[in-house]
Amino acid sequence: MKTLVLKTASDILLPVLLLFSVFILLRGHYLPGGGFVGGLIAAIAFVLHAFAYGLKNTRKIIVVHPGFLMPLGLLISFGSAIAPIIASDLPFMTGLWVPGHFPVVGKIGSALFFDTGVYFVVFGVSLTIIFTISENA
Amino acid sequence: MLLIVSLGFLLSFSLLFINKFIKGKYAWVTTLIPLSVFIYFFSYIGDVSSGKLIKVSYNWIPAFDVNLNFVLDGLSLLFVLMISGIGTLVYWYTSSYLKGHKYLDRFYAYLGIFMSSMLGLVLSDNLISLFLFWELTSISSFFLIGFNNESQSSRKSALLALGITGIGGLFLLAAAVILGQITDTYNLSELLLLNNEVAMSSGYGLVVILIFLAAFTKSAQFPFHFWLPGAMKAPTPVSTYLHSATMVKAGIYLMLRFSPILGHTDLWQIGLICIGGITMLYSAIQMLFRVDLKAILAYSTICALGIMTFLTGIGTYEALTAALVFIVVHALYKASLFLITGIIDHETGTRDITKLSGLRHGLMPIFIAGIVAALISGGVPPTLGFVGKDLIYESTLHGEYSPWLLTGIAILTKILLFYGGFVVGVKPFLGKKQQSYADLHMPSIRLWLPPVLMVSLGLVLGLVPFLLGENIVIPGAKVLAQSQENFHLKLWHGFNFILGLSAITIACGIILYVAIKPKYALKTFIEKFEFLSPKSIVYYLKTVFKICSRYWTMLFQNGYLRHYVATYVTFIIVLVSYLLFKDPVVRIDYSALSELTTYEVVIIFVMFFSTLFTVFSKSRLAAVASMGIIGFSFCLLYLFYSAPDLAMTQFSVDTLTVILFVLVLYRLPKYLRFSKNYLRIEHGILASIFGSLITFLILKVLSEPKISEISDFYAENSYALAKGKNVVNVILVDFRGSDTLIEITVLIVAAIGVFGLLKLRLKGKDKK
Repeated sequence: MKTLVLKTASDILLPVLLLFSVFILLRGHYLPGGGFVGGLIAAIAFVLHAFAYGLKNTRKIIVVHPGFLMPLGLLISFGSAIAPIIASDLPFMTGLWVPGHFPVVGKIGSALFFDTGVYFVVFGVSLTIIFTISENA
Repeated sequence: MLLIVSLGFLLSFSLLFINKFIKGKYAWVTTLIPLSVFIYFFSYIGDVSSGKLIKVSYNWIPAFDVNLNFVLDGLSLLFVLMISGIGTLVYWYTSSYLKGHKYLDRFYAYLGIFMSSMLGLVLSDNLISLFLFWELTSISSFFLIGFNNESQSSRKSALLALGITGIGGLFLLAAAVILGQITDTYNLSELLLLNNEVAMSSGYGLVVILIFLAAFTKSAQFPFHFWLPGAMKAPTPVSTYLHSATMVKAGIYLMLRFSPILGHTDLWQIGLICIGGITMLYSAIQMLFRVDLKAILAYSTICALGIMTFLTGIGTYEALTAALVFIVVHALYKASLFLITGIIDHETGTRDITKLSGLRHGLMPIFIAGIVAALISGGVPPTLGFVGKDLIYESTLHGEYSPWLLTGIAILTKILLFYGGFVVGVKPFLGKKQQSYADLHMPSIRLWLPPVLMVSLGLVLGLVPFLLGENIVIPGAKVLAQSQENFHLKLWHGFNFILGLSAITIACGIILYVAIKPKYALKTFIEKFEFLSPKSIVYYLKTVFKICSRYWTMLFQNGYLRHYVATYVTFIIVLVSYLLFKDPVVRIDYSALSELTTYEVVIIFVMFFSTLFTVFSKSRLAAVASMGIIGFSFCLLYLFYSAPDLAMTQFSVDTLTVILFVLVLYRLPKYLRFSKNYLRIEHGILASIFGSLITFLILKVLSEPKISEISDFYAENSYALAKGKNVVNVILVDFRGSDTLIEITVLIVAAIGVFGLLKLRLKGKDKK
């Protein structure tokens, strides 16, 4: 499936899709989107690249094994969940918010970090499963 | 106190990082852990003996009345001192016994967990946390018994022990829950104040039976005793620790602890007396037929546990005191005999009593320790064993249930125990020295010091029994008997009837020791009856259970995915249709439904035809692609009904699913039909029924009045409480964030599963 059209398309689509996935992640709290979808879109971006260039080349541009994204994400999510306990002695998963309003993101708070964790977990899980299966199928 | 209790857990955890250090010369450093626990609790002796209760509580799950409440009273103190004291010696002994062992660090880790769980068990005031520690001891002892994991028999024994004690733990949980239901509290200290409320309630009998089962399985009472002789497959320090001070004493502790709460009824007392009596006689007789030193000791442990159960059953102040003294006596002599056996095994390489003789040449100090241990076990004055034995006779004579019969049983058991102690502690050292171990020499001080210390303690405490009595035993007995009366332990009671009984016991014991020599003939004789023993019966049951479960598994999990799906779809059909048949009428207000639009109709048709195409297609890839179309049509439906989040997610998931399918199916050979036609028709019918049922169900839901409280709550509060306008996302990351946290964990587990399955399979193939 290594066609020129697909290669060229994926060259352009990879950064665009990744950017889009981050965008989807960030807007999630106010508009349709969120970490789960974001992670899936990011995974699709790389899967597309793998179709065009082959798995080996895709692995090269990700640098780390996608499996490492899973614990990273879980750590971020869990950290944001226990942050209120450590920071201000509030119950597990209480939302903490930075005062003020930011462009694009809106308000920044622990929920955003939690969603970022979800993003990385979904991203890592999808890529791990797909890469493993396609390598061994 | 939490820190002290969890020192062992901390030790186990820290061994992950300092294992190199511990495996080398510094193994003895770990001894400091139990030693510091011992010293800590030792410092409380004064407070506790003057009647103070030391209470510490930590909230855990206050909503369910499950907390870490530790109470240090007389009874707990006796047990914690025993656990940590003997623990110290066992740690010290192990550092030499298993010197240079490949897994010494693991051993200490298991031992640490075990010690901490035992401490938690005897200190817990809360039934649920007591259960938790109880199970922890079962699990950690499983690892300890199966420590020689390369030997099959050792693995088998470990599993057997875990099976029996684990089941017992479940009984304990059941008892705790029922008690909680009856009395509305899980705290032992509050249960104590209720007096007769539990005994009067209707659940009393059940609670007692459950507590019995829990204690009997743990404390190896007949007919659950058979896991204990198997447990001697463990390295000797483990057997020492499990048999003398911990594991099996946990069941005794439970019975003692509950005797003020549940005791003083016929059910409780007669039950305990009978089971204890049977156990002590049965195992004492078994002892005569054994030739392995550790096997003799294992049966003598069961016998001793029987005596403790028996005394708890008698339940008078005297009997409870006797039980407590005997626990200490037993711990001292049993631990030292085990350690001596360990030394013999370590130096000569055998534990076969028929092959051992003349070890006094070369192991003189150990011989002396052995003699003293045997004297303690036989109850010869002036040792502590004598004090213990006197108390036992006194309490059987003064008990309310047929004193003569019980005293007779006690005497008979004691005679046999006397024999057992001498066979292990004295016999290997007498006679001519054998050629095979000519160069016998004293082992390291770390091996011989612990047994010597223990027997000296037994001797000293025998001479001054009030030291033990005033400070430890009597405060414990006061807790059990709920009285303030004082009682003095004495070595010498003057010439009386009980002294006569003691003399008879010792004389008969000596005669028995001289008359019966351990022989293989005896062992083979008893093995003829092995098929009748509870152990064999359990093994038959196990075999039957295995066969049944194999059939059951093959029926439902035969490896075909289609079969699984068919099974659970059928199950849901049966379940749902049963509910629907009760009220099969659908009442819908058709005028309230919105008009059908053209694009909805188009999507439905697309879905319908792609379903048909998927089912009947001859090409695998085409089938996958048309399944993708069905998925995308769903996304469109979500969009029509304003659920963009769902649509987006469904869209991405479907894309990835199709890609996955293509990746897997791409390299498979041409399409083949595996399933038979009738099976396809059957599944088709099943699917149609399921589909119609779901449709019917949805129509049914529509006809019910709509309850929108929950969605209203989320809609109203998502911005106010969570500062988000996208309700779906706010639910996911905030309102129900804990669910999400668990879900992503599950996702990771699944990914690791896929990774492991595929990668490990390849490795296996490479090996070939």
